[in-house]
Amino acid sequence: MKTRRDFIKISAAGAGAATLGLSSLSWKGVNSLYALNDQGPVSEEEMTAHSTYCEVCFWKCAGWTYVDKKGNIRKIIGNENDPHCNGRLCPRGTGGVGMYNDEDRLKTPLIRETVNGKQRFRKASWDEALDLVASKMAEVREKHGPEAFALFNHGAPGSHFKHLFHAYGSGNEGEPAWAQCRGPREVGFGATFGSWIGSPEPTDIRDTKCLVLIGSHIGENMHNGQVQEMSTAIDRGATIITVDPRLSTAASKSKYWLPIKPSTDIALLLSWIHVLIYENLYDKEYIEKYAMGFEQLKEHVKNMTPEWAYGITTLDPDLIRKTAREMAAASPSVIVHPGRHVVWYGDDSQRERAIAILNALLGSWGRRGGFYFKEAVKVPKFPQPEYPHHKWDWKDNLDGKYPLSAMGITTELLRASIPEFNYKHQIKSWIVAGTNLPLTIPDKELFQMAAQSVDFIAVVDTMPMDITAYADVVLPECTYLERYDYIRSAPHREPSIALRAPALKPKYETKPSWWIAKQLGERLGLSEYYNYEDIEEVLEWQLNKLGSSLDEMKKLGVKKFPRKSGGLYLQDGEDYEFNTSTGKIELYSLEFEDLGFDPMPKFTQHPQPEEGFYRLIYGRAPMHTFSRTSNNPNLWDLMDSNSVWVNPKVADIWDIKNGQKVWLQNQDGIVSTFPVKVRVTERIRWDSVYMVHGFGHTNKKLTRTYGHGASDSELITNVMIDPMMGGTGMRGNFVTFIKEKPIEEVES
Amino acid sequence: MRYAMAIDTKKCVGCGDCVVACQTENNVPIGFCRDWIVENVSGSYPNVEVELRSERCNHCDNSPCVRCCPTGASHIIEGGIVKVTHDECIGCGACIQSCPYDARYSHPEGYVDKCTFCDHRLAKGQTTACVAVCPTNCLYFGDLEDPNSDVSKALKNRSWKVLAPEAGTKPQLYFLT
Ligand code: SF4
Ligand code: SF4
Ligand code: SF4
Repeated sequence: MKTRRDFIKISAAGAGAATLGLSSLSWKGVNSLYALNDQGPVSEEEMTAHSTYCEVCFWKCAGWTYVDKKGNIRKIIGNENDPHCNGRLCPRGTGGVGMYNDEDRLKTPLIRETVNGKQRFRKASWDEALDLVASKMAEVREKHGPEAFALFNHGAPGSHFKHLFHAYGSGNEGEPAWAQCRGPREVGFGATFGSWIGSPEPTDIRDTKCLVLIGSHIGENMHNGQVQEMSTAIDRGATIITVDPRLSTAASKSKYWLPIKPSTDIALLLSWIHVLIYENLYDKEYIEKYAMGFEQLKEHVKNMTPEWAYGITTLDPDLIRKTAREMAAASPSVIVHPGRHVVWYGDDSQRERAIAILNALLGSWGRRGGFYFKEAVKVPKFPQPEYPHHKWDWKDNLDGKYPLSAMGITTELLRASIPEFNYKHQIKSWIVAGTNLPLTIPDKELFQMAAQSVDFIAVVDTMPMDITAYADVVLPECTYLERYDYIRSAPHREPSIALRAPALKPKYETKPSWWIAKQLGERLGLSEYYNYEDIEEVLEWQLNKLGSSLDEMKKLGVKKFPRKSGGLYLQDGEDYEFNTSTGKIELYSLEFEDLGFDPMPKFTQHPQPEEGFYRLIYGRAPMHTFSRTSNNPNLWDLMDSNSVWVNPKVADIWDIKNGQKVWLQNQDGIVSTFPVKVRVTERIRWDSVYMVHGFGHTNKKLTRTYGHGASDSELITNVMIDPMMGGTGMRGNFVTFIKEKPIEEVES
Repeated sequence: MRYAMAIDTKKCVGCGDCVVACQTENNVPIGFCRDWIVENVSGSYPNVEVELRSERCNHCDNSPCVRCCPTGASHIIEGGIVKVTHDECIGCGACIQSCPYDARYSHPEGYVDKCTFCDHRLAKGQTTACVAVCPTNCLYFGDLEDPNSDVSKALKNRSWKVLAPEAGTKPQLYFLT
């Protein structure tokens, strides 16, 4: 009998069970997180409900925050009318309460000071902290021009700081969302269909007959709407095909699992394309009407047979044929999913191109059960003067490199911060808002060099994330449950808007980002861009323009609008112009060719691990959003550390037992700061190991998660850059095990 | 009336949302839980299978936990729901020992606690917190005696199993396979 009091229990080989849901936190530590002496549940009628949309991930599900009479946030429940969540938040959204309750939150502004040669933070007033940041911004503006101040950002806080930076005169902003995440798929699909995938993905999963996942682990990535729809698709008998070196949760629910050798996906994709074309299985009418370049593509994949792919991918040619035929049988109600975190091997835009081409051959773009045409509500812009022109931005520093980069490349902003790299334009100072760079950006050395080079760093966050350790000034933001933000308007089947309103006043001395940015703007003489008292005025104005009001939205939470852009799918025989240079789906990309890139994707070999090393693969757990939730008490309770997944054969060779702690060392000799527990499991290939990303925090102020698990980011020192868009391919790193605590080098 | 729950192991992704939703709904202290997730792995690479399932008290028809309770705090209410009256519980833990599913825990305030099938919500016509939140919609709840309830319908069309049938407790959680 398995007992649920063992936190994780997995037998060394074969059958075994893991039990989640209980951890070893002692009762003493949790008093403040539990409504004491209040045994029973509180009914919803006795609480007040406040509209919000979730900020625990980018899916932005709308919901209701319930506050009891004593002023405790008791629960957060999804908004039934919200197309992003359909009334059901994911575990992170449900556990959002923990973000509010976390005693480790940043509480007051902090300023770095040096006392007797030692640096430390001291508490500061908001005025003092804001004055200091504003004076640094003014100084840079004067000495180097505002462009030399860069913004790293993510999510809702980012939007307020982008406005500040544009008003101030800097276009130097970067989000990990581009170069560390989904940039390549936007490039690949953009070149093919003339349209980005965007967020949320317009995948019509609920109506699909066949869903193909390539390294995309829906169910472990808890992108809510997709998880819900995948479940509906399972109910409706859809075929799921999963390509993954690991038996992911999705793979375990699939009719076909293709346990591919890592780094060979493009070969598989090309062979699927080969089968569709040479077995005459593709959607001829669709290709004839909407696509160009078919003959070139046919010629290109002529020799890329499943047998050819077998030698590369280790996948059975029959399985490759069979799965291609399954897709064709479901066409056009088939989705070859573009994935989300797709920066793997540096040829990622081309891999995404191959995925886009496959979808084109299956006729799935603009078809029911394939990809629908998304639409968003256009929220009117609050009146303000034009932003000033900036003299240069990150793009001017690239010298023609990465021509398809469409958003700031974080790693390039870091390089421009290091004088030794001799960039044409230098970055002098940063604001970092809502993104934990040390656990997000590969190549720790680059980050550290950059952080040491700049004159000044201000960090805006709710938690003492690892990045705060590098800050000169820390500005504590309140959580999303305590603030207004801009209206959510994200593309979907049905356009909608959602309101985030505070459920409670900000705890401690924390403040919302819109307020922090406005305060800085006013101190910098940019008041004309802040022509309002508070954000409610902006929201009211915008909502009135949309035929609603703050009052109405506080009651509704979500409001849907009729579509204006036409149907969700192509009509039979409809003439349709794609937003590419030819107006057609480009199987042969003229855009790529013009820029000197392969117009059709090719397979290239990538380095394989040397003996004794294993490819480091990383991914997500459903209860965490990377490093931002690992200290959240509710979610920490579900999963308090990552582990490294090791195949039993490998564990045998190394004589490593399940649950044993090891250090990981990568090909460049970098050793993980903390040890990590081994999970011996048949779910992973013998040439790879797997870790959930977002653990191994180094900031002791994160009292729960500090030192729990290892950080994959610090082991990623070999970065394979996508020459098309600057993405940082991170799957080319190999690790080995160290069983004894490594001796720390002492600096003399 | 006989309340029961069916859990579709073909859909459950083991996300733990049911666990957090139960904690926040029922004010279960952090570090404890009334429901939990089990992952079973079998086979060897690449012929591996994984079963994920959400577990909780089985609200057994033949419940040893109720029989062994010296004070009568553990009892059965309408619909077969097994409950503990906190004020009557002396925290002796006999029930914890007797439960083959390890479904009960000692609450730090000195009593034994467990899943109630959210009877406070049922009374208002709502379903349980875990069923209401599950993003994959893999939990089905209702009255087994009503052929149109979600749980009856789910059981009619699918094969299922119960856990530890040999214990003879007549458990009322059904796992769709
Ligand atoms: S998917 Fe989960 S974390 Fe993301 S916004 Fe929705 S509820 Fe929040
Ligand atoms: S919420 Fe649903 S999918 Fe998630 S673990 Fe619970 S039962 Fe499974
Ligand atoms: S599962 Fe355990 S606690 Fe629940 S009724 Fe059965 S024996 Fe009692």
